[in-house]
Amino acid sequence: MSNQAPLLELKNIKKDFYGNQVLTDINLTVREGEVVGLVGENGAGKSTLMKILFGMTEIRETGGYGGDVLIDGQKVSFNSPFDALAAGIGMVHQEFSLIPGFTVTENILLNREPQKKSVVSEVFGERLNTLDRKAMKQKSEAAIEKMGVHIDENMVISEMPVGHKQFTEIARELSKDQLKLLILDEPTAVLTEQEAQALLKSIHTMSENGIAVIFITHRLQEILNVCDTVVVMRDGVLVQNVPAKETNVMEITRWMVGRSVAEGAISRREPPETRTIMSIRKLWVDMPGETVRNVNLDVREGEILGIGGLAGQGKLGIPNGIMGLYQAGGTVTFDGQDIPLNQPRRCLDSQLAFVSEDRRGVGLLLDESLEWNIAFPAMQIHDKFLKPLLGGLIKWRDEKAINAVTREYIDDLKIKCTSSKQKAKQLSGGNQQKVCLAKAFALEPRFLFVSEPTRGIDVGAKALVLEALKKFNRENGITIVMISSELEELRQVCDRIAIVSGGRIAGILPASQPSEEFGALMVSSVI
Amino acid sequence: MSELTHNPTPLERIQSAFKSFGLPRMIIAGMLVVLLVAAPFVGANFWMQITNVINRFTWNGVLVLAMVPMVHSGCGLNFGLPLGIISGLLGATLSLELGFTGPMSFVMAIILSTPFAILLGAGYGWLLNKIKGGEMMIATYVGFSSVSFMCMMWLLLPYHKPDMVWGYAGTGLRTTISLEGYYDQVLANFLQIKIGDLVIPTGSILFFALLAFLMWAFLHTKTGTAMTAVGSNPTFAKAAGINVDRIRLLSVVMSTWLGAIGILMYQQGFGFIQLYMAPFNMALPAVSAILIGGASVNKASITNVVIGTILFQGIVTMTPTVMNNMIHMDISEVLRMVVSNGMILYALTRKTEVNR
Repeated sequence: MSNQAPLLELKNIKKDFYGNQVLTDINLTVREGEVVGLVGENGAGKSTLMKILFGMTEIRETGGYGGDVLIDGQKVSFNSPFDALAAGIGMVHQEFSLIPGFTVTENILLNREPQKKSVVSEVFGERLNTLDRKAMKQKSEAAIEKMGVHIDENMVISEMPVGHKQFTEIARELSKDQLKLLILDEPTAVLTEQEAQALLKSIHTMSENGIAVIFITHRLQEILNVCDTVVVMRDGVLVQNVPAKETNVMEITRWMVGRSVAEGAISRREPPETRTIMSIRKLWVDMPGETVRNVNLDVREGEILGIGGLAGQGKLGIPNGIMGLYQAGGTVTFDGQDIPLNQPRRCLDSQLAFVSEDRRGVGLLLDESLEWNIAFPAMQIHDKFLKPLLGGLIKWRDEKAINAVTREYIDDLKIKCTSSKQKAKQLSGGNQQKVCLAKAFALEPRFLFVSEPTRGIDVGAKALVLEALKKFNRENGITIVMISSELEELRQVCDRIAIVSGGRIAGILPASQPSEEFGALMVSSVI
Repeated sequence: MSELTHNPTPLERIQSAFKSFGLPRMIIAGMLVVLLVAAPFVGANFWMQITNVINRFTWNGVLVLAMVPMVHSGCGLNFGLPLGIISGLLGATLSLELGFTGPMSFVMAIILSTPFAILLGAGYGWLLNKIKGGEMMIATYVGFSSVSFMCMMWLLLPYHKPDMVWGYAGTGLRTTISLEGYYDQVLANFLQIKIGDLVIPTGSILFFALLAFLMWAFLHTKTGTAMTAVGSNPTFAKAAGINVDRIRLLSVVMSTWLGAIGILMYQQGFGFIQLYMAPFNMALPAVSAILIGGASVNKASITNVVIGTILFQGIVTMTPTVMNNMIHMDISEVLRMVVSNGMILYALTRKTEVNR
């Protein structure tokens, strides 16, 4: 380690989005050739921090950040990713940005190709220079060499395996002479075991060449294998910064999820030993970004079952697939009867209900009144709030009954609104969520899926929503399956919690188990 | 925890009423008032003008009403209205060909056009379900191409009735067929009220009111509610167990059928069946009328239909007489084009997507 100024220094970095604090006083130092592993749950602030570092425009558009970024001891302020690139920072994003029809060499050196002058370009300017293919080949070979892997630099991207594409992306950053710091955002997420191993090896090679790497991943073992330092973030705060040698996976998970929740708040109810009301076998769901691969799960009557797990592991796919919103397969048995998949109507007829995580897209009729939002599904599915006219030939909307039920739920759930005729889009997120719940309650279901009920709503509304769910379960004996990315929230409400990892159920534990146990399950088979 | 209910002052109420009425509607309504006031001064008969406006309203009202179902189900404005009109024309010409006369010919025209409307509407609806998101553009081309196709068919179909086919050849339908002796004014003359120069076609108004009432009632039923929900948020509707495609198909069939009835109403008042390129020019005025009435691309009410038709047809009928008397030049057609196309343009730029 050199004793001069560190390569990168972050001092008291703060960032808020419209008053919502996402980063608080982040201090971080990265030295030349150091490999830093950055971990944290989704929403912990990792991406925001990297966006600040890389000068993404959305940071500036949302009011900039507080604190200083120092490179080689010099204070810098990037206005765009180009500034960051010029300062020697490279970033490889999760999604590939490669041209499929070009070869590896062409992709690596795109727009930075070594050029040859010709007679024509002498006359008409340098835009007519020809490419120096030989020099290009050398440069890309050198870049690939730095990673310590073998890739055919003449191969066309579209014909490559995913792993090689990832290496090409990295090689492109490495080919930039000024590169000092490389940010890798979940680079192993799409790789196979061997490819990931090769990538980790190449990170070693880069670090030996003096390039610092910030490595973001959910696979904790990788971090321990390759990184010098582990940095853990939680709720926008940097909670730990320790040498990798002095820690282990268990400890890191505890730092990641360990929130200071009052022990008393955790649900202590014994999971009811009742019969199985829903059994899910070999369920797969093709939901983009939330693929469910093979889920087997039994839900007991009258319990609140939590489903947790990291984003992208498939926990959201389970309810969406069963309720027929995404293509699904497998068998789902409810109360002794098979539920046909891919037919939303059949689930609803069996008195299943679903509160979607996509409030604005699926959950609400934004342009219609609260009355419509709350009464509509019950009206369509169970013929409630309808007056039969002409001997049942015409089913007339019963505005009075609709108004009555809406007022009831507005009082019950304390929905803040000017009247029951107010449009759903005019409510705040928390109140919209309450409307979604009211909509599901009005269906009088026997079984309720609730997906991310507290996402994007404030603390007060959060407590109310969770309380309402608990009450609905206790008083009416409704079985509830609640899906949430916030483990602590699940532990407060649920009796048992199933953790999804890699599209499968990694394990089911009672809510009273310590959070580390859940954390370990979360990362057990991450893909 | 309930929020304070804010009681608006009278001034605020007027302001918000003004705002919801909208600037374009204000300008058009203002212009109509100016024309009405100016009419007697330039020598036009005021009551005759009013009669004209009412007449034109009854001719066009149902065509504008035909926009409502598709707007509700989220298929947008029915630029494919010519398809419904063609169904109506087929019904009308068949009714004449089969030898029906008087009021019976009108009833038969409605009955005969219904299967065509259902069939064509279903095909059209099936097509629109394939191209969700681009409905209005496809609808426009469906309208155009169906009109052109029927231009050939009017010549080729084996009609023989002497007062419908070309005199020389004895085959192929004429461009304009008189309805005298058939259903010319059958509704308008029913319970007609005459006060001096003012003539009110009570029967036509009642018929329009009946259809408008049925439409209003439909939107208050379970299926009608589902239709509005499908237009408002199809994913929401799907999650509530509604077959979105079926509801959309139903709305297109309803729209097409109303288009067929609409053109029969128009012929009944106008006194002629117009074939060949005539349906071509029927969709745009209907679209702009409902937009002037305050409808948007995904919201429309019966009130929008009534107000829009009166305003639009008012302008179209009043301008020629008043302007001609004033400056001795016919600018009515120009004005009609400017108003109708301008209105459509305005509405389309106003189209607000549901924020996701």
